[in-house]
Amino acid sequence: MTNPTPAIRFDQVSRHFGEVKAVDQTDLEIRDGEFFSMLGPSGSGKTTCLRMIAGFDRPTAGHIYLYGQDVSDLPPYERDVNTVFQDYALFPHMTVEDNIAYGLMIKGVPKPERIKQADEMLDLVRLPGFGYRKPSQLSGGQRQRVALARALINHPKVLLLDEPLGALDLKLRQQMQVELKNIQREVGITFIFVTHDQEEALTMSDRIAVFNEGRINQVGTPAEIYETPASPFVAGFVGTSNLISGEAAKRLTGSQQMFSIRPEKIHLGSVSDEPDNNMIFMDGVVRDVVYLGLFTRYLVEADGGIDLVVVEQNLKTTSMDVLSAKGRKVRLRWHKDHISRVGG
Amino acid sequence: MLQQVSTYLYRRPRLILGLLLGPPMIYMAVIYLGSLFALLINSFYYLEEFTGLVVREFTLRTYAQIFEPANRDIFIRTAGMAAAVTIVDALIAFPLAYYTAKFASPRLKTWLIIAVTIPLWSSYLVRVYAWKLILAQEGILSWFISLVRLDGVLQWLLEIEAIGGSSLALSPIGMFLVFAYIWLPYMIIPIQTALERVPDSLLEASSDLGAKPLQSFRNVILPLSFPGVVAGSIFTFSLTLGDFIVPLALGNSKLFIGQAVFSYQGTGGNIPLAAAMTMGPVVIMLVYLLIARRLGAFDAL
Repeated sequence: MTNPTPAIRFDQVSRHFGEVKAVDQTDLEIRDGEFFSMLGPSGSGKTTCLRMIAGFDRPTAGHIYLYGQDVSDLPPYERDVNTVFQDYALFPHMTVEDNIAYGLMIKGVPKPERIKQADEMLDLVRLPGFGYRKPSQLSGGQRQRVALARALINHPKVLLLDEPLGALDLKLRQQMQVELKNIQREVGITFIFVTHDQEEALTMSDRIAVFNEGRINQVGTPAEIYETPASPFVAGFVGTSNLISGEAAKRLTGSQQMFSIRPEKIHLGSVSDEPDNNMIFMDGVVRDVVYLGLFTRYLVEADGGIDLVVVEQNLKTTSMDVLSAKGRKVRLRWHKDHISRVGG
Repeated sequence: MLQQVSTYLYRRPRLILGLLLGPPMIYMAVIYLGSLFALLINSFYYLEEFTGLVVREFTLRTYAQIFEPANRDIFIRTAGMAAAVTIVDALIAFPLAYYTAKFASPRLKTWLIIAVTIPLWSSYLVRVYAWKLILAQEGILSWFISLVRLDGVLQWLLEIEAIGGSSLALSPIGMFLVFAYIWLPYMIIPIQTALERVPDSLLEASSDLGAKPLQSFRNVILPLSFPGVVAGSIFTFSLTLGDFIVPLALGNSKLFIGQAVFSYQGTGGNIPLAAAMTMGPVVIMLVYLLIARRLGAFDAL
């Protein structure tokens, strides 16, 4: 039972800081109830977009709609949107419970009711009994959960998360990724998640917008973004990609248009392998081998001086086998369907 | 040689600590606390009225003198002035410190800080006497007040028994103005420092959670910067309590603590009473700090 009106709609939104175009003429639609990620390197405009949705920043041009209502010029306290901050921004002078109940206190909800709801939130983020602690007595992961609870207690229409997992270590981050996703399903609120970690975005999102230099390069599901990147930037930023263009592209595919091929789709064979009509072949020499336990990364210099990255799982090979491949002549092959035409 | 010394010290961290901390600690213990202690001892002696000599034996009769009506009035008058100066300075300083800490561009901030501290570069005496001229009956302030036709109001104020006098330059109102001016930087700087330490994201979080600017101020900014206000008020309050220049220059016959101490230890030769009166502000400040701690002023430190 999703609402057909987009949760968030950007209409030609720009945010310029003097000469710097942090966000430039951006259109975007985020659907009701989805887990939407804004992915990009630092300075790509993703955080500025988030801040404009929250109301901490105002667009220099264009309009932002929250469920159809133009909120471009509304202050943060008049928007039905809440934020989980990168540094959590918990109030250091209040207990965990008072932090979580802050929004309710502002609304004038009576104290017993506030405490009851804050306790429910503590259960939701799996921190029961932590209400009387101060934020300084919590670990990074616990603070993160409190920040989440504080933002969710108001039942906002949209929840904004500004790189909330950035400060956590890898194990905790992976655990929180799963948990965030579960909580989102449970509460059914639209989540907008800003991150520079492509793996995180691929893991959690229903859809992703890839930002580069103040513009959105591509919006799509994780599979679409990964398999059919719309620009060389997306191909390079999301996962690793081999980009081939010009003469080499023409020789291999019959068209000069640039294409990308993912390293794991390339098979590393021997020079005696027979050609096959469904496959694209390329000969080369292994220049470098990096053994990574689960898999091995090869750097192959193919004919025409093109460097290709190839990844193979170490299903049967040992480190001795793969490391001896350095300097070997190889024949690379990949399926025609696995290439993706990129941009113009 | 130098390297040997540094290697030797590197291996003995406690020795380094001793060398670094020793001199200031000795200074603190002997000169600073020692003189306070000497003051305390002296306050338990008493002056033999008849001979005019100090009798060095333990007694509380000097402290009893403090509670005589004349001396008690001095305390009440001074504490009242100190409280008024502190409150008004806090009210003036907070908006300025807030603007400097949160809104001013880095360039403007530098200029504002310089502007606040410039008065401290010139002699305090010069500034007090400059104010005496400003406040004089024929001075620029009276001229301005009559220009805007408020001299009736000024006259009415000066006729109030407790705060008035023959002119602004010889009245508690004038003293109050000068005190508030002189100690203002000591209030602005700690408040500004405290506000600088409140991350902007806390204000954003507060407004994100629905708080209007005034609510954010009351629930987030004020509690988190309150230690700064308390620190500033310690300065303004204690400096006013102990000052004797301003009452001397602008006061009338009604004494303030500093003046009383000054005259008891000088012309009066009554060191014990001067010492006992000096302990007064110390006790007042201790009580003040305890109350501030009770109110949670230091919880956010």
